[in-house]
Amino acid sequence: MAKYLFLKHYRGAPAAVNDVPMDQWTPAEIDAHIQYMQDFADRLRDSGEYVDSQALMPEGAWVRHDGAGKPPVTDGPFAETKDLIAGYMIIDVDSYDRAVELAGELSAAPGAGGEPIHEWLEVRPFMSGAHLPAE
Amino acid sequence: MISPAAVDEARLRDLIPGVLATLVRRGADFATAEDAVQEALIRAWETWPDVPPDDARGWLITTAWRRFIDLTRSDAARHRREQLDADEPAPGPTESADDTLALYFLCAHPSLTPSSAVALTLRAVGGLTTRQIAQAYLVPESTMAQRISRAKRAVSGVRLGQPGDLRTVLRTLYLVFNEGYGGDVDLAGEAVRLARQLAAMTDDPEVAGLLALFLLHHARRASRTRADGSLVPLADQDRSLWRRDLIAEGIDVLQAALTRERLGEYQAQAAIAALHADAQSADETDWVQIVEWYDELVALTDSPVVRLNRAVAVGEADGPQAGLAALAELDNTLPRYTAASAYLHEQAGDITKATELYVRAAAQAQTVAERNHLTMKAAVLRQLADDTG
Repeated sequence: MAKYLFLKHYRGAPAAVNDVPMDQWTPAEIDAHIQYMQDFADRLRDSGEYVDSQALMPEGAWVRHDGAGKPPVTDGPFAETKDLIAGYMIIDVDSYDRAVELAGELSAAPGAGGEPIHEWLEVRPFMSGAHLPAE
Repeated sequence: MISPAAVDEARLRDLIPGVLATLVRRGADFATAEDAVQEALIRAWETWPDVPPDDARGWLITTAWRRFIDLTRSDAARHRREQLDADEPAPGPTESADDTLALYFLCAHPSLTPSSAVALTLRAVGGLTTRQIAQAYLVPESTMAQRISRAKRAVSGVRLGQPGDLRTVLRTLYLVFNEGYGGDVDLAGEAVRLARQLAAMTDDPEVAGLLALFLLHHARRASRTRADGSLVPLADQDRSLWRRDLIAEGIDVLQAALTRERLGEYQAQAAIAALHADAQSADETDWVQIVEWYDELVALTDSPVVRLNRAVAVGEADGPQAGLAALAELDNTLPRYTAASAYLHEQAGDITKATELYVRAAAQAQTVAERNHLTMKAAVLRQLADDTG
């Protein structure tokens, strides 16, 4: 019973095996990819391991506080930012091994030529809440 | 809506396993009966505040049974239903403690994963709603519903009353207790309630050991965190906040268990907790005896985490150098190894090394409260060094 975050990167991850960007896929390849992602989420819902998943817009802004009484400052987007998150999925599973197994499956989503992308997904454990402190 | 003032929640939920066992005994299949009981429970929440029943248990059985009949009516098993309908027994003594115990075994069946066993136990034995369980574990309600229905399918071939495995029941309750608070549900309190119920039905000393362990830890709950959620180490806890009634009960339960002379890991853990609870101040803690109990625990479990805790206890009993020597024998990739090392170096007066280790330990912490605690320790030591240096 631990939550893990799968992070999918637009940029910043090591290169995938099938490293053809989505804007060069055929409509059928895109369809197959989307279907795979939906089926994957449905299977996790069915197994009672799904928490949430979201895709993120590629472009955002940087925001910071600029002093009392002043509006926040915004900046960017910066095209040169090396690391860019495309989306995430949160799962709740019994073990780290299960999280890795699932991330492996997600990474096999089909891309160009209908072949698995083999993209690198980042798997990050959640910090948990209260536990018995060691005393 | 739910009106806790009007319905004694714990009392209502105490009745749930017995009601479910009664339905199963009358011939209902576990999965459908469990759904029917859950719906009766929700109905009780809605109606009891206005129309409290004379006989709560009878009301639940009747309502759940009717619901069960409805649920099976549309099924192909019409023939079976009619038979059940005809066979409805007269009210009377319909369930026994054995049936309730059998439910504990079923819900923590060894074929279930830990998270499935926890979810099924909280619902079918604990009488929590799927929504409450989902909130407690911070997952969507639909996810928790699926987890529960899959768990029910997984045990559908297991006959109620087949010999069960008490160890998986205890482990399941231990997991619930460890989760502490989640959402509005007091999971630790729920684990205490279920362990009490289980202990009343069995005479296994490890069940008593687990109950004692829960009681002794639960007694210290108010002192363990500050209002802002930050951790208070045992040595700094305000002992006047400790629940003396729970400590007394825990010690009684433990002593009765220990006289049976069938030691197990929960009794040993409870004995350590009892020695802490017994000390008027941190200075009066009997660390020598605590180390002896850790030796027992090591012999029982051979767990690296237990060895780590033992090393810290050795540091208290025989001095930090002895603790560091015990620590040096362990794998330094263990969770909390660096935190233990930081603490022992601090005790040994090596502030520079301790500060560095606390910073590293904070980066490895698995909970937010622990990380904040270790970060704060490092900051305090750094400031101390700056002020004196």
